[in-house]
Amino acid sequence: MSTPPSHVVGVGADLLADAVEGQAVPVTRVDWRPPMAGTEADLATVATDPRRREANDGALAAMLATSATLVDVGPASEVLGLERGQFLHAGPPIGWDRTSGPLRGALMAGAALEGLVDDPEDAVALFEGGDGVSLEPCHHRATVGPMAGVVTPSMWMFVLEDPATGRRTHCSLNEGLGKVLRYGAYSPDVLERLRWMSAVLGPLLRTAVRASDPVDVTGILTQMLQMGDEAHNRNRAGTLMLLRDLAPAMATSGADHANVAASLRFIGGNDHFFLNLAMPACKLALDAARDIDGATMVVAMARNGTDFGIQVSGTGDEWFTGPAQVADGLFLGDYGPDDANPDIGDSAITETAGIGGFAMATAPAIVRLVGGTVPDALATTRRMHEITLGENPRWTVPVLDFQGVPSGIDVTRVCRTGILPQINTGMAGKRAGVGQVGAGLVTPPAEIFPAALAALAARVPR
Amino acid sequence: MTTSTTRDHVEVRKGAYADSVALLQLSRTVQGIPGIVTAQVAMATPLNLEVLAQMGFAVPADATPQEMVVALRMADDAPATVVAAAEDAITTALTTRAPSTAAGVAPPRTTASALRGTVDGVVLVSVPGASALVEAMDAVDAGRDVMVFSDNVPVEQEVALKRAAAARDVLVMGPDCGTAVVGGLGLGFANATSPGPVGLVAASGTGCQQLLCLLDHASVGVSHALGVGGRDLSAPVGGLSTRAALARLDADPSVELIVLVSKPPAAGVAAEIEAYAAGLDTPVELAFLGPGRPDLTAAAESALRRLGADVPAWPVHLPTHPRASGGGHLRGLFVGGTLCDEAMLVAGAALGPIRSNIPLSPDLALGPDLTADTHTMVDFGDDALTAGRAHPMIDPTLRLEQLARTAADPSTGVLLLDVVLGHGAEPDPAARLAPALAEVAQPVVVAVVGTAHDPQDLDRQVRALVGAGAEVHLSNAAATRRAVALTIGDPE
Repeated sequence: MSTPPSHVVGVGADLLADAVEGQAVPVTRVDWRPPMAGTEADLATVATDPRRREANDGALAAMLATSATLVDVGPASEVLGLERGQFLHAGPPIGWDRTSGPLRGALMAGAALEGLVDDPEDAVALFEGGDGVSLEPCHHRATVGPMAGVVTPSMWMFVLEDPATGRRTHCSLNEGLGKVLRYGAYSPDVLERLRWMSAVLGPLLRTAVRASDPVDVTGILTQMLQMGDEAHNRNRAGTLMLLRDLAPAMATSGADHANVAASLRFIGGNDHFFLNLAMPACKLALDAARDIDGATMVVAMARNGTDFGIQVSGTGDEWFTGPAQVADGLFLGDYGPDDANPDIGDSAITETAGIGGFAMATAPAIVRLVGGTVPDALATTRRMHEITLGENPRWTVPVLDFQGVPSGIDVTRVCRTGILPQINTGMAGKRAGVGQVGAGLVTPPAEIFPAALAALAARVPR
Repeated sequence: MTTSTTRDHVEVRKGAYADSVALLQLSRTVQGIPGIVTAQVAMATPLNLEVLAQMGFAVPADATPQEMVVALRMADDAPATVVAAAEDAITTALTTRAPSTAAGVAPPRTTASALRGTVDGVVLVSVPGASALVEAMDAVDAGRDVMVFSDNVPVEQEVALKRAAAARDVLVMGPDCGTAVVGGLGLGFANATSPGPVGLVAASGTGCQQLLCLLDHASVGVSHALGVGGRDLSAPVGGLSTRAALARLDADPSVELIVLVSKPPAAGVAAEIEAYAAGLDTPVELAFLGPGRPDLTAAAESALRRLGADVPAWPVHLPTHPRASGGGHLRGLFVGGTLCDEAMLVAGAALGPIRSNIPLSPDLALGPDLTADTHTMVDFGDDALTAGRAHPMIDPTLRLEQLARTAADPSTGVLLLDVVLGHGAEPDPAARLAPALAEVAQPVVVAVVGTAHDPQDLDRQVRALVGAGAEVHLSNAAATRRAVALTIGDPE
């Protein structure tokens, strides 16, 4: 202590930082700005919670320690116990009366797929009446679903497991792009594809997965982040690595050669196939961080097309919701902003885990797809480090000198900086039946973070 | 290949990942550590495990490709610390990156973010009081000492912050800490002094500055001046930072004498702190300012005597044409709260009760116009007058406006002011104050708290003020006594 400090961090008045620099000691100046309106008292209360530091360290460590392996594939009726008339959907809880177009379209397709109605259009009356049908968030059943996220009993699901604990999460098989159920399409070709996936693709994948060593999904994510995928809007390398792992067992499965070829072609032709493994891998990791008293880390971000909701480790299963926003980006064909539905899907679980929009710097190939530039992408990943608790040593970004991706969104830091999590997303048409209309960038509604902060503050022991 | 002259160390690190190029570089770095014969740091892929086996290492059977293997072979006579040295080198290489100085990289937005990747340094917080705790807690979380310059921090937040800091062995200087010197570096408002045998612990910023300047004038240096905040010795806070600061100074062998300067602590706290101080190896001079107690100048003199140093005559600069008082009241206009307090204690003993915005007793409080038809002293640095504006040591406007009104008041007999120099303060306070004083008809006495090394140039400031007709002292107590003498018409 006899020598002067090597360096000073100055937050506040520049004049005081100038005075230190005038004594030839370097100063790192914090670009401090007032926190989100009305949060000062709650921020102070949460900062003085004696449990906070250890709780957040524990939450982050639990998330980072989780490994996800693909251990099985099976119908939702079997792996989730989903019964006829039960529908899972993306995002926080919602009733039919408040559902948006794409979620309605997906539910209508699901009802027809399960034979509850013959014509998807007839499902409107079914859901309005409500007899024999129920809606529940995927997140409440250890599941995540992209876009509308609708899961019905006959859909086949990936089953991921953390080998250390045996905990499991699930996700449906990816249907591809364009007119697909998850974007709210319900035309006959959509249903036909879903029936083929349940009849051919799912059983073949089950045979292959059961015959192979468990596929190390977390390890593939490590690799694909170094190959230009951010694992939300670009999953090309991940999809090919999955094929590499499963193709031998698919070829030797004894299944009809034409079906094997069709399945290989389907997976190889769908650059987003791996998304439905990235998402449950992220959920598996984030579920490990749930329910830690005092932890201010976000464990889920999800949208149902109407509401954007978050869940936080220290506040249990409570959802903090606000209106979902419309993404800003590029549109397919003649579609424009007026055709887009507000943000939808559980896929923001990738950003919650530090990839997707948070790892934009590693995916320069798609920055234009979502309407950005390479410098924007680098700045976005750096900015996300301002609102996260730490870095993921397994998931690194080569162009940022192998810095780990920003991991563990901290509600307090979002409120302090006003920086909102950056999400890369596809855009669904707002009318039921349209399908995808574009892709872009979106953020949560700001007000859900002060709401979560207030709930955390209310739980601080007095 | 293992021979009788070497031994191996093999460990598996879970959750660590680096690419093979980085790991080859790292392996080479580790091989360069004295005592290491060969080293291989690699992800535990089947290929790498085969290489390790060929090298003769006992490869852990259950390692997976997601885990990192550290295999070290060292000479039998290598020191026991060589493994730790290698592990440190690996951890450092995996967690540190070249400083990113690239243009366009946005600055950190929180203290926590600014501290990421650093290993030392102190934090200086001066954001609005409602947000100060949150930034300071980032420093405590990171195990760094923090000075909280901000005022208007609720006392319960101060207690919570200091309890968290105590648990982590972190020193919190403040809140409302205007002055600190850490290893010679001035933080906040601090005078430029030389290192020396004195360590200060101060619950008051300008009280600390007065001591720094008096000791400097006596050619006695100060190693550290650790501020603790004006409320630290109150009953709710209980001296948490004072104890931490005393412990720090006691542990520094360059400190021969500790001086603790504060208002009188709360009754229970005083006894605890005195007992704590008595248990230290380093002697502690307690300078508690209050009625019937020694003033700051007397405390400085006492410290000098304990160190065996000479007590000099404190400098006084007289104007060429002294003004006579036409009778009336003493009016003090201060930027330093402790200097204002001290002046009230010294003057009150001779003049009777003095009204103030920081009164010695509640019945002496001034109204919002800061005037009364008696002796008054105003502290322009008080929280109530700084909310929403800069401290008067940075922005003198408020005091200059009140100076004009007070000088125009026929009941004002004598004016007493302080001017505080040093890092952080106005670059040239006399530039606006001297012309204003030149317009004043009454006698003016100014305490200029500064050292010859301060950036404002002490001599030039003193000359400008004396040229404007003021009498200038280094000692605030001496300046006050002189102002009292002028007020009662007994110019000594």
